Amino acid sequence: MSKWYIEKGAEGDVVLSTRIRLARNLKDYLFPTKLDLKGRQQVNSLVKDALLESGSGSFGYLEMKDLTRTQAVSLVERHLISPEFASSFEGRALMLTEDESVSIMLCEEDHIRLQVMKAGLALQEAYKIADEIDTELDQKLNYAFDERIGYLTQCPTNLGTAMRASVMLHLPALTRSGNMNRLAATVAKLGLTIRGAYGEGSAPKGDIYQLSNQITLGITEAAALENLQSITSQLVKQEREAAKILLQKEENADRVWRALGVLQTARLLSGDEFMELISLVRLGAANGLLPFELEKINELIVNMQPATINSMEGKTLKAPQRDALRAQKVRETLKNQA
Amino acid sequence: MLCQYCERNEATTHIKRVVNGEMTQTHLCGDCAAHLGYGDVFSGFSLNLGELLGGFTNAALHSAGEAKVLRCPKCGNSFEDIAREGKLGCAECYAAFYDKLLPSLQRLHGRIQHSGKVADSAGEKIKLKGRIDKLKTDLAAAVAEQNFELAAELRDEIKALEKEQDAGVQEGE
Repeated sequence: MSKWYIEKGAEGDVVLSTRIRLARNLKDYLFPTKLDLKGRQQVNSLVKDALLESGSGSFGYLEMKDLTRTQAVSLVERHLISPEFASSFEGRALMLTEDESVSIMLCEEDHIRLQVMKAGLALQEAYKIADEIDTELDQKLNYAFDERIGYLTQCPTNLGTAMRASVMLHLPALTRSGNMNRLAATVAKLGLTIRGAYGEGSAPKGDIYQLSNQITLGITEAAALENLQSITSQLVKQEREAAKILLQKEENADRVWRALGVLQTARLLSGDEFMELISLVRLGAANGLLPFELEKINELIVNMQPATINSMEGKTLKAPQRDALRAQKVRETLKNQA
Repeated sequence: MLCQYCERNEATTHIKRVVNGEMTQTHLCGDCAAHLGYGDVFSGFSLNLGELLGGFTNAALHSAGEAKVLRCPKCGNSFEDIAREGKLGCAECYAAFYDKLLPSLQRLHGRIQHSGKVADSAGEKIKLKGRIDKLKTDLAAAVAEQNFELAAELRDEIKALEKEQDAGVQEGE
């Protein structure tokens, strides 16, 4: 079955993906960090049984302790689990649909971290799926909930709806025009936060950012989604305008072509160099300069990460071998299309 | 020592975690630590929250003198434990320390009354409110999809429930 991230999505030139995450806890159990191994195993099997009985989608169930470190890091790279979840395996489990669009971390910071991913901008659709699964689980499990402060979570930052909605954005033109700091300050005032999706700092890898809601208490899911949707739409518009201006300059278009040249011919590609160049190629493809399907590029961005390469190869490669393999796969994907 | 993740750079970030007595260690270079989100753990909210709550703790301690420490009846956490870790031990902690937590929640979220989806375990009145909020979510989705027929139906349903809500309020008065 094909994975969710190679599908076409709305506003796909700028919005790579949408993610909804709901945090839930069972009333009768201590939060995971306080809970002993036996208790965590009980929670995992309760949620697993509730989910499988409910018949909402077909889920695989993995005990994290059965995974290799490489497999776990690959799940982090594909944003299916959090870095925190991969830092300790004991008493933790993951439920995952085959297309990887729905994942449920069990006994992460909270007992249940339900996550739905969709290609492109699809906040309502993603929330609808998450909401339905959550409602099914709620029928069978006893959720920790308070009428005043909503769903009770281990960290008070998630109280209320306990919903974190986010979109992953490719903003190469806004980054190059030096607008990101101003934008980050603006969205902060609107109750949202924007940060690098791959790596931290002012220049995140691949110019890929994650925009998400910050406040969860006192704001309904609908209002939070609407807020995020409207700011995303504005960013999409601004990125398109900035890209048009940027690519009008011959020297910038030249950079895009040169990036493609390197990716089509290189024999060794480090992860950082790949991200830097593929961002330019994606900018070209999104704006009609290069004839590549964006979905192919998106797939490369997901699959060319170090642990994901290792995981697909089924062995741990040394960095130079991995760089050679990455170069080869990138050449194959980008050959003869331009 | 080389970074466990990229196996290229010297590991400079060393993460030790103890969960229920089991220790795991991770060694990463700065870039990979940031990439994997460990930058967040240190700069993230958990520490700030500890500091935030810490201020209240000290004030509370002084006013209470050496009186015995209040503990959550379920998990045994004291407010000082929560302030230190920036995390609560169990759902009961919220009830046990509700008043003490409230100023921090206000500062964090700006608001202190939940609005939105309601769990099945909640009371009828709040469930009704939750149902209305949910319908409003659906309404927004219907409008976004330009499904105006459905939107009109939802609007009627919301109106009916709001009437029910008002009636309930009057009865309660």
